[in-house]
Amino acid sequence: MLKVEDIHVYYGAIYAIKGISLEVSQGEIVTLIGANGAGKTTILNTICGLIKAKSGQIRFEGKEITGVATQELVKRGLTQVPEGRRIFANMPIYENLELGAFLNKNKKEVAAEIEKVYDRFPRLKERKNQLAGSLSGGEQQMLAMGRALMSKPRLLLLDEPSMGLSPILVKDIFSIIKELNQQGTTILLVEQNAKMALSIAHRGYVVETGRIVLAGDAENLLNSSEVKKAYLGG
Amino acid sequence: MEEFIQQLINGISLGSIYALIALGYTMVYGIVKLINFAHGDIYMVGAYLGFFAIAILGWPFLPSLLMAMAVCAVLGVVIEKLAYKPLRNAPRIAALITAIGVSLFLEYSMMLLVKPEVRSFPQVLSDVQYNLFGSLVISSRQVIILVVTIALMLLLQYIVHKTMIGKAMRAVSHDKQAAQLMGISVDNTISFTFAIGSSLAAAAGVLVGIYYNAINPLMGIMPGLKAFVAAVLGGIGIIPGAMAGGFLLGIVEAMVSGYGKSLYRDPVAFIILIIILIVKPAGLFGKNVREKV
Repeated sequence: MLKVEDIHVYYGAIYAIKGISLEVSQGEIVTLIGANGAGKTTILNTICGLIKAKSGQIRFEGKEITGVATQELVKRGLTQVPEGRRIFANMPIYENLELGAFLNKNKKEVAAEIEKVYDRFPRLKERKNQLAGSLSGGEQQMLAMGRALMSKPRLLLLDEPSMGLSPILVKDIFSIIKELNQQGTTILLVEQNAKMALSIAHRGYVVETGRIVLAGDAENLLNSSEVKKAYLGG
Repeated sequence: MEEFIQQLINGISLGSIYALIALGYTMVYGIVKLINFAHGDIYMVGAYLGFFAIAILGWPFLPSLLMAMAVCAVLGVVIEKLAYKPLRNAPRIAALITAIGVSLFLEYSMMLLVKPEVRSFPQVLSDVQYNLFGSLVISSRQVIILVVTIALMLLLQYIVHKTMIGKAMRAVSHDKQAAQLMGISVDNTISFTFAIGSSLAAAAGVLVGIYYNAINPLMGIMPGLKAFVAAVLGGIGIIPGAMAGGFLLGIVEAMVSGYGKSLYRDPVAFIILIIILIVKPAGLFGKNVREKV
């Protein structure tokens, strides 16, 4: 479904991504794990067109998408829940969700999608008229995910959904991710919480300073000594 | 007391002009973080377009107003595309200097085009003086200025809060990347913002032409700066702030001139700017934004 081939990305003079290739097949949860600053977010942002790669190729559902504008990719079924949620804090919850369906001009469909999000996250429904900025961290994460779902993505990129959340909430969020996947959304998940990520993913890649150093089935990675030593605390 | 209310009436009609121009400043700043110093000149171009329609084509008031607004909307979009868009990722000072360049370009191109002399606006609207409670006077033109301004402000509030493009404007102004991830085109949204801001300035230009009867190619400089003061006073980037700042500044100026100190009118406006920057730089409506992790 998604095929990234040998992309190189620079931030000004900084060489951030040094030739990364990865693949996500339909129906999978694939995770990118690695330490802070390894380049995981940069990879996601390059895939969804927020950053341009210097070289390399990205294909989505067989079509080349390198250099295609972000909003066009959303139209084609690829979107991202960004790191730090990036919700529209000064707007009410329902407006955040409406904006998630910006490209859908059919008001009835949008209203129906909003109801679906409310069913998935009842907390959001209770607070639909509240400003998004007044939500707790976990609720904001739910809103960010609900907002992304409004565009009915076939491939959803998730950047650090567990960031800053309590262990119980992390568990909730991860079970929702799993549920989304079972309902047909393919997922590329970036996480620092390697254990949680590998526990729900089918496959994983380990990223270190702009390169992929290890790849394989989630289970194998979870049990590999390198991953254990580096990311799972022995 | 009567004198006070009289000046209040004058101040509100002057202030509504400032408010219309300030809205464009504040919307553009909110979305691209640029003080568009050419904005006052769009107002001037709007006044000339109104003059052209009324004096030369002989159009009535309303079609002339709408034509000036439409043409200036296009002008604003073209200026953004040609002058500011290439500098969107450049340091902000580069865009600011460009804005001053665009301002001078508009002023002196207009001089070339329409000659530098002052032109008197034709009397398109009859000027009737209404007496209120005996000695208070309000002119029909003041009433029209106020009605048009308030109608435009209501329309703007509707667009910004109720339509999807308005919501997109707020989203882009809050977080451009997140907005893109919703499928919003940042370029189109910025164009739309320039179009709306410029058309409001054009409306102000036509109204001023009718109110003061005189227009010239440099007429945009001072009201442009005053509207900038109004936008900062209300809190730059905040739409209700620009409206309040405009009315407040107009009232203060009317009071200063009404009580015989008209020479101090301009200094007072800029003293307000200095004070607000020292005391409450976020403006009257501004607040510190808290972020949650």
